[in-house]
Amino acid sequence: MMERSSNNNNNNVVELSRVAVSDTHGEDSPYFAGWKAYDENPYDESHNPSGVIQMGLAENQVSFDLLETYLEKKNPEGSMWGSKGAPGFRENALFQDYHGLKTFRQAMASFMEQIRGGKARFDPDRIVLTAGATAANELLTFILADPNDALLVPTPYYPGFDRDLRWRTGVKIVPIHCDSSNHFQITPEALESAYQTARDANIRVRGVLITNPSNPLGATVQKKVLEYLLDFCVRKNIHLVSDEIYSGSVFHASEFTSVAEIVENIDDVSVKERVHIVYSLSKDLGLPGFRVGTIYSYNDNVVRTARRMSSFTLVSSQTQHMLASMLSDEEFTDKYIRINRERLRRRYEIIVEGLKKAGIECLKGNAGLFCWMNLGFLLEKKTKDGELQLWDVILKELKLNISPGTSCHCSEVGWFRVCFANMSENTLEIALKRIHEFMDRRRRF
Amino acid sequence: MRVIVPLQGVVQGRGGLVLGSVIPCAFFYFLQFYLKRNRRDEPVPDPANQSSASSPNNSGSSSPTQSELTGLSRSLSRVILSPRNSGAHVSVSGRANSILKGGDSPYHVGLKRVADDPYDELGNPDGIIELGLAQNKLSSDLVSDQNSIGLSLSGVASYEPSDGLMELKMVVAKLMSAATKNVVCFDPSQLVLTSGAASAMEILSFCLADSGNAFLVPTPCSPGFDLDVKWRNGVEIIHVPCRSSDNFNISVTALDRTFSQAKKRGVRIRGIIISNPSNPMGSLLSRENLYALLDFAREKNIHIISNEIFACSIHGDEEAEFVSIAEIADTEENLDKERVHIVYDLSKDLSFPGLRAGAIYSFNENVLAASRKLTTLSPVSSPSQHLLMSTISKPEFFQTYVKTNRQRLQRIYSEFVKGLKSLGVECTRSNGGLFCWADMRGLISSYSEKGEIELWNKFLNIGKFNVTPGSCCHCIEPGWFRFCFSNLSEKDVLVVMNRIRKVCITCKSQN
Repeated sequence: MMERSSNNNNNNVVELSRVAVSDTHGEDSPYFAGWKAYDENPYDESHNPSGVIQMGLAENQVSFDLLETYLEKKNPEGSMWGSKGAPGFRENALFQDYHGLKTFRQAMASFMEQIRGGKARFDPDRIVLTAGATAANELLTFILADPNDALLVPTPYYPGFDRDLRWRTGVKIVPIHCDSSNHFQITPEALESAYQTARDANIRVRGVLITNPSNPLGATVQKKVLEYLLDFCVRKNIHLVSDEIYSGSVFHASEFTSVAEIVENIDDVSVKERVHIVYSLSKDLGLPGFRVGTIYSYNDNVVRTARRMSSFTLVSSQTQHMLASMLSDEEFTDKYIRINRERLRRRYEIIVEGLKKAGIECLKGNAGLFCWMNLGFLLEKKTKDGELQLWDVILKELKLNISPGTSCHCSEVGWFRVCFANMSENTLEIALKRIHEFMDRRRRF
Repeated sequence: MRVIVPLQGVVQGRGGLVLGSVIPCAFFYFLQFYLKRNRRDEPVPDPANQSSASSPNNSGSSSPTQSELTGLSRSLSRVILSPRNSGAHVSVSGRANSILKGGDSPYHVGLKRVADDPYDELGNPDGIIELGLAQNKLSSDLVSDQNSIGLSLSGVASYEPSDGLMELKMVVAKLMSAATKNVVCFDPSQLVLTSGAASAMEILSFCLADSGNAFLVPTPCSPGFDLDVKWRNGVEIIHVPCRSSDNFNISVTALDRTFSQAKKRGVRIRGIIISNPSNPMGSLLSRENLYALLDFAREKNIHIISNEIFACSIHGDEEAEFVSIAEIADTEENLDKERVHIVYDLSKDLSFPGLRAGAIYSFNENVLAASRKLTTLSPVSSPSQHLLMSTISKPEFFQTYVKTNRQRLQRIYSEFVKGLKSLGVECTRSNGGLFCWADMRGLISSYSEKGEIELWNKFLNIGKFNVTPGSCCHCIEPGWFRFCFSNLSEKDVLVVMNRIRKVCITCKSQN
């Protein structure tokens, strides 16, 4: 029997690890401050017309009805439990195999093939499931790099990468600087320069991580750039990670080249096995709450390790079951992909036209849930502070939450990411109206 | 040394013995030095150096030449096949390498074997019976009866707070409180939900310890801790063995001793991890035990993580009482509350492992804040949250579930233990959890881990059932096995007993 001691004279407060107290999560940036402002005062067409409109969140709600209709109509298979044909509640409640449901992986592989117009094949056994692309990116980073190594990432990039790639992994991001002179495409000089910067600082580069189509640019990466990137990675003997989370959100299918297509025709394993793709249903299908992400790797060791590591971040079996039949219904997915692309394109045209009328130019985009807007001409001071001041004005006066280029580490000031797919057309019109009025006011002075 | 004797003869007479020893030794050492240096100059397959421009033999350099730039328009195959690097395999991180090198423990091998050849009463009566997985199938029918079919997408599909919906946290808090018979009232705002207990444990390990620090873990313990605590975080586990002579109870003296030894080696202990009910013994910690542990933690200024994932799976008699460490923490000052953290999970108590719903409960605001952020990397799927809410929150369901589950566990447990006893195998007294801890020291061929694994192999290959050998639980005494019985029906118990008897007979005839 253990005796209770009466030693009560220790007044130290117990400590936390460095990870817990660090701010590498990067959540103090305007990116997240804007969300907070929206949360505190969200726009609502009828109840809160002067509230903040959310244009800083890349969520796709334009094709929601298609999903709802499907799930209601195909209720017995698509819904959760208790139907005649589908596996019952019991098996699904108990299923926790990190390989994931085979039917679901097959459905994901087939969906990914469809998005790429059949130009690349995906093997369901190379699919590793994670609870969201966030987890997939972090997992890959854990596997491909050691603490204090680096990944090269082209700027501007998704603000969440600072957290996802760096926080727990201790891995650094070395930026590949891109600018508007060539529509922010990656150049060989920029790539080599980034690599050299890392080497000069004695940092070991383990890979290049791109987003294709790009967030925040809303544009696809050109095929020749992909080919060059792969060649660069072979020469330096490093990895290439392509986050293709917006691959189903390209307005015209022919304009998207996946790194999978490039690899499809390569037999040399030593080339293939450095390529890894991240995908998720959050953007293309507008199901971020479901938490479905994948890592697709051509490297057996990576697949094996990622699978094991995914134990910490498995996809709910219910979710897998719910979505498996929907994703493998080719008639539905074909229709969905087509209509979704069309609706996004139309939305994009509305916003770009609207901005143009207000005298604002955007980068020529062809994908994603956002456009990349240039407000450089409005800046009093062409500095990061100047940009943040403008952002603040837009948030407080126009009640629009958009994302400033600085939070995306853009090396040119004055660019902003504007999301357009998470609201009704009416709301978008109102947002554009506010921008028009703001520009009018500015012109008068 | 063979060189020295003949050389001694050579230098005899010229300051003889000394020179005769020194010269050959010097020659010998010079030879070694020369060989070592030459070995270092051999090409080392280091991927990082292969493309550096320093080696004059590299064809082409690391910065692109004009021809390579224009090479963008050449066909793909010619650009890619840089002769120097074709065949060079890209490397993965040190962390991934150590995972790849490790062989699979019996714990994992067994699970796989069952998956390949699972026992089924009708379909596969010769298949392997799973007794190595702590899963509760006894009461899942009660849960499935509760479910409503169909759920509208709106309100489910969007991004949610990554640490879980408040409505679900409220339900989970109620569940945890009910497990303590409402002695403790868990506060939902101190809960962080994540995709499983493994994730919860990993997150806590990240928040409470830095790489190179360690946790004290009394053994035998859950086989899963190694993965959850150590893997990606580089935090060590230092085992504190408990002994059968003590009924495997935790001794503060042993904790203290291990703590001091670690300190001498320069290892910083950040906390203790306990399980209550314990895995694999299924024993319950008393209030005195918990107070003593908290006192120890206070004295050393470290954390306590209490793994309470079997809190609703108590099957002992009425006196067997589950006391959560939260009850003890509630009576303490703030400073001491801050060192207490609980891991909970809906997988075990409610047979929902597929849905991935685990939880961290902490009294420490900093830990809660950090954990909430970390859950973006392992959140609970929102349709699953809704399903769980609609299932667990119905009060009639809940009362019935806990009561019926307890009765069913009790029944199977006593059948199983009786069966083992009739075979001459004793178990420690278990009051909770989904398993029993059996003493099979009389059956092993040699009192060693080797003997234990031999027996485990016999169970698997001859008996065709998978159990967890004590070594997977880091038990310091060989010959103990963990039998998970909550996967079985009463009929299955008989089948298992017969199979164990079969193996016992082969063992006794060999010994």
